[in-house]
Amino acid sequence: MGEPGFRRDGTWVGADVPRREDPRLLAGRGRFVDDVELPRMLHAAFVRSTEAHALVTAVDLSEVREVPGVVAAFDAADLALGDITALLDRPPEEFTPTSMPVLARDKVRYVGEPLAVVVATDPYAAEDGVEAALVDYEPLDPVVGEAAALAAAGPPVHDEAPGNVLVDVSLFATEGIDDTFATAHTVVTVEATTGRQNALPLETRGVVADWDDRDEQLLVRTCTQVPHQVRTVLARCAGLDEKQVRVTVPDMGGGFGQKCVVSREEIAAAAAARRLRRPVKWIEDRREALTASFLAREQHYTARAAFTADGEILALDADIVCDMGAYSCYPFTAGIEPLMASAEMPGVYRVPAYRVRGRAVATNKAPTAPYRGVSRPQYVMVMERLMERAARELGLDPLDVRRRNLITEFPYRGVNGVTYDPGSYRESLDLCEQVLREEGWLSHTEPGRVVGVGYSCFSERTGYGSGAFAQRKMQVVPGFDLSQITMDLDGTVSVTTGTLSHGQSHETTFAQIVADRLGIGYDKVKIVQGDTDRITYGWGSFASRSVTVGGSAASAAAVKLADQLRALAAHLAGVDVDACSLDGHGGVRAGDRTFAFPELAEVAYLRSHLLPKDLGPGLTATASFDVGGDGTFSNATHGCVVALDPGTGGVEILRYVCVEDCGVAIHPRVVEGQARGGIAQGIAGALFEQVTYDELGQPLAPSFMEYKVPTAAEIPDVRIEHLETPCAFTADGAKGAGEGGTIGAPAAVLNAVNDALRHTGVELDATPIPRAAIFAALEVPR
Amino acid sequence: MTDVVLVELTVNGERHDLAIPPRRTLADVLRHDLSLTGTHLGCEHGICGACTVLVDDQPARACLLFAASVENTRIRTVESLGGPEGGLSDLQRCFSEHHALQCGFCTPGFLMLAEGYLAEEPDPTREEIREVVASNLCRCTGYQTIVDAVEDCASRRRAALQAALDTAGSSA
Repeated sequence: MGEPGFRRDGTWVGADVPRREDPRLLAGRGRFVDDVELPRMLHAAFVRSTEAHALVTAVDLSEVREVPGVVAAFDAADLALGDITALLDRPPEEFTPTSMPVLARDKVRYVGEPLAVVVATDPYAAEDGVEAALVDYEPLDPVVGEAAALAAAGPPVHDEAPGNVLVDVSLFATEGIDDTFATAHTVVTVEATTGRQNALPLETRGVVADWDDRDEQLLVRTCTQVPHQVRTVLARCAGLDEKQVRVTVPDMGGGFGQKCVVSREEIAAAAAARRLRRPVKWIEDRREALTASFLAREQHYTARAAFTADGEILALDADIVCDMGAYSCYPFTAGIEPLMASAEMPGVYRVPAYRVRGRAVATNKAPTAPYRGVSRPQYVMVMERLMERAARELGLDPLDVRRRNLITEFPYRGVNGVTYDPGSYRESLDLCEQVLREEGWLSHTEPGRVVGVGYSCFSERTGYGSGAFAQRKMQVVPGFDLSQITMDLDGTVSVTTGTLSHGQSHETTFAQIVADRLGIGYDKVKIVQGDTDRITYGWGSFASRSVTVGGSAASAAAVKLADQLRALAAHLAGVDVDACSLDGHGGVRAGDRTFAFPELAEVAYLRSHLLPKDLGPGLTATASFDVGGDGTFSNATHGCVVALDPGTGGVEILRYVCVEDCGVAIHPRVVEGQARGGIAQGIAGALFEQVTYDELGQPLAPSFMEYKVPTAAEIPDVRIEHLETPCAFTADGAKGAGEGGTIGAPAAVLNAVNDALRHTGVELDATPIPRAAIFAALEVPR
Repeated sequence: MTDVVLVELTVNGERHDLAIPPRRTLADVLRHDLSLTGTHLGCEHGICGACTVLVDDQPARACLLFAASVENTRIRTVESLGGPEGGLSDLQRCFSEHHALQCGFCTPGFLMLAEGYLAEEPDPTREEIREVVASNLCRCTGYQTIVDAVEDCASRRRAALQAALDTAGSSA
């Protein structure tokens, strides 16, 4: 890498500097969890349920243990681990607690549920062992889908929840809302469904666990977004002290939320390693990842909105049902999707009256976890469909209807009790439309094809602090983060963070933030992430929180260190500390003298007899950060142009424009990368990806042959425009940038398809958008 | 399945003699027997392309090949791309400059795919690059910057070749 020389205004923040992650990843020298090889290491594979819903009458592993290479096999009784239980502090009528056993016992609740773990000398032998397992089932009628769950006709998924409803919350009900609907000029309804999806990090889940006799500690290298939560759950399930578990995270091939919950397999593999006193590796294969990993997104909305004749929204009433699958994830619970949707649905619009009911139902499908955007792709899609439908019924321009309703004055306190910090809701829409107009797309035609243009406007709460999470009433409340910074003898620094990168370039962006605080090169800053022994506690990376919360904590720690350096220089120069300032080149000006950082560090470490009385030896500072109030809000408008093929019903995206505002972009190209990747996942949800089951609960998409992940042939080039509304309460004015692309894309694509279908009278409200429905609509003679 | 076969593989110009079970895949041999962990496994059924290596200069899925089946071929992995001192090749530098990687897990597969393709087609159109890049899956980038990187690398290589030809012509 050449000398980084892209500083803008003399600062690192905002500069497109080379990524510090790149050299090792490009050379194949990244170190992912499956790259870890240890002496005497064993390999685990799981015996998994072939039934969606059944009583387990016997698990016979005797033949497994005879398979060449197999060292051990454990079922639930053998490992005797405590269950994984995630709780909400909500009354029984709102929340039914259930538990997820590490290995199923007595009953299985989805195809792919782990029943036993086989440990062998190599992964091939472990799979041979799995083949030899004998499990006896007494099948029960499976609950496949939300309607079956709510009908509750057969045996429930969990005995504790006879009606299969795990969460049922009615968070808002504005007084008089029925009168508003009764007297409104127009009421429009949208009945929308969104398909079950897999977040699908390209690196599957995996773990290498090893008992360290010297530290008397289980060292768990695992592919997780939340190492401290894995430590806590593992310690509790296995009856260990927290200090007896160290969780570290090597390079990580994506997470997208699927890895921000604790996996039962990582607990089981770690427990096997402890039992055998040998390293145990488990690497999920793709079939497991597609059938037995955490899924997301399957929701059903019935939403009504009341409008005036000129398109002003008066009231919103929504009923939301989320198919959560078989188990509640830790720490978020089955409430993750309905609580998010209920709290945030009004989004970027001034909605004066709001009523919502959100439910999570249990079914015999693989369990769900957060996935990039959590519920926002869905409710944004529904809100944007309501705006479009109102415009159609009222004979208005859909963008005018949006403009009439967008929040334009900040801070704005919504009907949902949330205070939105300033954003560019109106400006992003105007710019997006302008770009598409200037590029000629608003009048574009294609011979033999049908063209449509669609938009979506949204905001996303990103820097959730403890206060915002506490409102969800989770018993485990994320929010803050800690950071510690240490300067070494040579003037370089190491910074710990409780967040961690799985592709978002933290080693670069955090270094930019810290470098600016200290006035040093960003290459002089090392980021230490993903190690529970290096930082007291951390909440990991999800909800686009890393830069806003973790970055602000690192910034605060660096400011404290800078204060120490100034105090030390003041003492050495015999001047007042107020006469000391960082020189921006790795030193402190103290009166008429300048001390380079290594000079100060030498005193702090090697000549501590020269230190002032009130400064101890060493150069270390710790700080924490929590987002006050209701958090930060990034926003964007997406614009999409599609062409429909009347011969096949196929959808081609001709143009995609994203106008995003995540406050100050620490690294603009990293932000663009997040947006483009997010949009690709959003398009995937709009057009392609769906996890389906047959009526017995058997997965119908167990490989990439059936689960269609879009390639470069389906994902268009995306033009990105940045707006910048700085956040007032994060360290550099940054808001989160991880999820917006995924949130905005389904609505934009769906609206574009509906725009193209306008002449047919057909309107579609489902994703993935059914190609057959497009084909049928275009086939109708007109 | 305890049978063992003797296999002789040439990887990145180096010969290796291995005693392995016949069912052992090339990907596992590269990663775990030869410690060339740059080749990644994303699906093990030939769709995602994270395990793409060059076999006799052609991109191939290492997860679908038994190591025993590729004796007498020349195999190249991502570890062969850079310079001996750890420097990056022009293709790798283009990936970095265009932000064509985020988590980096799929990256070795895309690099080897592009390396094999550009050797065969030094003057591709953007649409042709996009079509070839569609052989592999990436979950982070949205693909655009990968196409940008390959396009830029092709154009730089052509420019360098032209410059060399010009120099040769003028000195002749």
